[in-house]
Amino acid sequence: MAVTVQEAKVTWKRLPLSSNYAAAYAVKDLDVDVIAAYPITPQTTVVEKIAEFIANGELNAEMIHVESEHSALSATIAASAAGARAFTATASQGLELMHEILHIASGLRLPVVMSIATRALSAPISIWNDYSDLMNTRDTSWITLIASSAQEVYDSIVQAYRIAEDPEVMLPVMVAYDGYLMSHTYEPVLVPEDNKPILDYAPKNYNRIKLDPERPISMGTLTGPEWYYEFKYQQVVAMKKALEKARKADEEFKARFGRGYGLIETFNVEDADVVIVAYGGLYGTVIEAIEPLVEKGVKVGAMRLRLWRPFPVEDVKKALGNAKLVTVIDKAISYGARIAGPVALEVMSSFYHDEAKPMIMSVIAGIGQRRITEDTIREIVDYSFKVLGRGRAPEESLYWGVRGVRYE
Amino acid sequence: MSSQAQKKKKRYFKLINQIPRQELFSPGHGLCAGCTAGTIVRHLLKAAGPNTIVVNATGCVEVSTTTYPYTSWRVPWLHLAFENAAAAASGVETAIKVLQRKGVIDPNKKINIVVLGGDGGTYDIGFQALSGMLERGHNVMYVLYDNEAYMNTGIQRSGSTPLFAWTTTTPAGKVWRGERRPKKPIAEIVAAHRVPYVATTNPAYPLDMLNKFKRGLIVEGPTFVHVLQPCPTGWRFDPRYGIKIARLATETGMWVNWELDHGEFDVTVPVPRRKHVKHYLRMQGRFKHLTEEEIEEIQKWVDQEVERINKMVGRQVIGPVEE
Repeated sequence: MAVTVQEAKVTWKRLPLSSNYAAAYAVKDLDVDVIAAYPITPQTTVVEKIAEFIANGELNAEMIHVESEHSALSATIAASAAGARAFTATASQGLELMHEILHIASGLRLPVVMSIATRALSAPISIWNDYSDLMNTRDTSWITLIASSAQEVYDSIVQAYRIAEDPEVMLPVMVAYDGYLMSHTYEPVLVPEDNKPILDYAPKNYNRIKLDPERPISMGTLTGPEWYYEFKYQQVVAMKKALEKARKADEEFKARFGRGYGLIETFNVEDADVVIVAYGGLYGTVIEAIEPLVEKGVKVGAMRLRLWRPFPVEDVKKALGNAKLVTVIDKAISYGARIAGPVALEVMSSFYHDEAKPMIMSVIAGIGQRRITEDTIREIVDYSFKVLGRGRAPEESLYWGVRGVRYE
Repeated sequence: MSSQAQKKKKRYFKLINQIPRQELFSPGHGLCAGCTAGTIVRHLLKAAGPNTIVVNATGCVEVSTTTYPYTSWRVPWLHLAFENAAAAASGVETAIKVLQRKGVIDPNKKINIVVLGGDGGTYDIGFQALSGMLERGHNVMYVLYDNEAYMNTGIQRSGSTPLFAWTTTTPAGKVWRGERRPKKPIAEIVAAHRVPYVATTNPAYPLDMLNKFKRGLIVEGPTFVHVLQPCPTGWRFDPRYGIKIARLATETGMWVNWELDHGEFDVTVPVPRRKHVKHYLRMQGRFKHLTEEEIEEIQKWVDQEVERINKMVGRQVIGPVEE
């Protein structure tokens, strides 16, 4: 698709930032009006940094120091209902406590943005990373991006407001990334000297429908069987539109700023018999692990899912269509399902109607931040080729790296 | 200014004919016949006027006034959920503040932010959000309409249900005699947050109620107005008696109309000659199972409360039982 927008002249400065700080810098550059948040590991440094920006006059905003995540999201979406650009951030138990309000945010079509430093769920309590928290939000009608670098966290939050506030979308957006593995590790990140180009790309619209005494409206009404379904179907339609809006937002971002990610990212998929699918920071480990294998002539590739909701079916099928076996690594468990990886299930259903399709294997790994090294990935690649040789993928998810479980 | 002069100044409405004619709460809603919540909300909006944003907790008023595609609200109205109205109001108030500072909204325009919550949404499930809103000092008036049980879900006991009251989850049987505990003193718990203005009122005294709404809106910072709301459906009385029962609540001392304005406590509706609680209790089916002894137990509890209130005021504003 042709993009007509000229690349903006932007002066960037290169800062060492964690993904959490990258999120905070994006919030500052987007001139967010209201931030309501509650401390939770490993999200907390996002709002600490935002608080510093406000305290130093670098961001003209108000922070509401709420008494829970439930109130954090409630205050955030209410601020949005009153016309403000609003933001919050959370993780794990906090995201679970917000769950009720996640549905209300999307049902009321309030374009808020939230960053998630993903973390395992209690019990037993674990502050370390996996994606159980994020995957539990799958059906809440939030557009969900999963970033794999601190730069991408910054860029995705900028894109998120552009997508959320699009009049044809008007849905909230989550930008997720690995807790600790990304939230607390530092990478070089380019941030603009001046935020004007960012606001030109994602301009604020104070004229949307809002709580305004000049034009009173009722938001959050009681709706009976005669109308409720239509409200929900409108969310379905908006989600469909959001897919192309997210694509365009990324393309225009690339045209303006020289950085783009697509809805998915691929490596050597054209020439691969086995493709490893991953999301978040793990993708970097996957690439590091398979690059030397590809150089040696091993027919392996990789795909990263960046847009989780709406799910980019066509992009995924295009990327994986040449593979003989697709191995999807999920960092979350859908308990009681034979295929327990949420992304694996989605990849499988994408190919269900096709005659020709790759075998698909579901691997669960990294639960509660169980270590996944490049060696782990190479073991999974080796095992994938073994499965390919057998000609039949396991019907159940493999629980990779758990004590007492081995796969031959 | 003398405290007498101060009091006079706070009487924004002195006569019934000074009440604004403008109706911002339109008829046609689905509240029960005789429900006094409608009376309260109608007067609340008369006191507040059109430059008001209402945040409503889930409850009777919310479900009865906004059945899509209809609404009774001629002011902007927001409902998110049951337990978070105070948090939502915090968000609205903060947004308005920032947008006024940035010139997006006229900074000279005063916009009232009002929460409307029932007893379930305030005493119980919304208590944490309420405490947070009070402690953070948001410029919001919280109005509690208190019908002393979860009426919207079918008369279940709440933290506000009074001693011995029948509800569907505190039935009167051989072992249970209705609710086992007196009401939680919510207005005093709110006052313990050291907010500038807390008041209790009752729709049988419309000027008292309107003046307290007005005061709550004028005073900067979080303010709280607790309104008794007789409920024909849950209290089991003929719909025509709502206001009479509300008046009896005050006349018997079951309910006291007071205010705490910047630390100054006063009873705004003095009751020189008090009626026995039986006059209040006997009008309501929810108390029909009570024995004489149980009624006397309630009377004793009210007597203690009256004594405590009189001590706080420093004189006898509520007199002894005379009939």
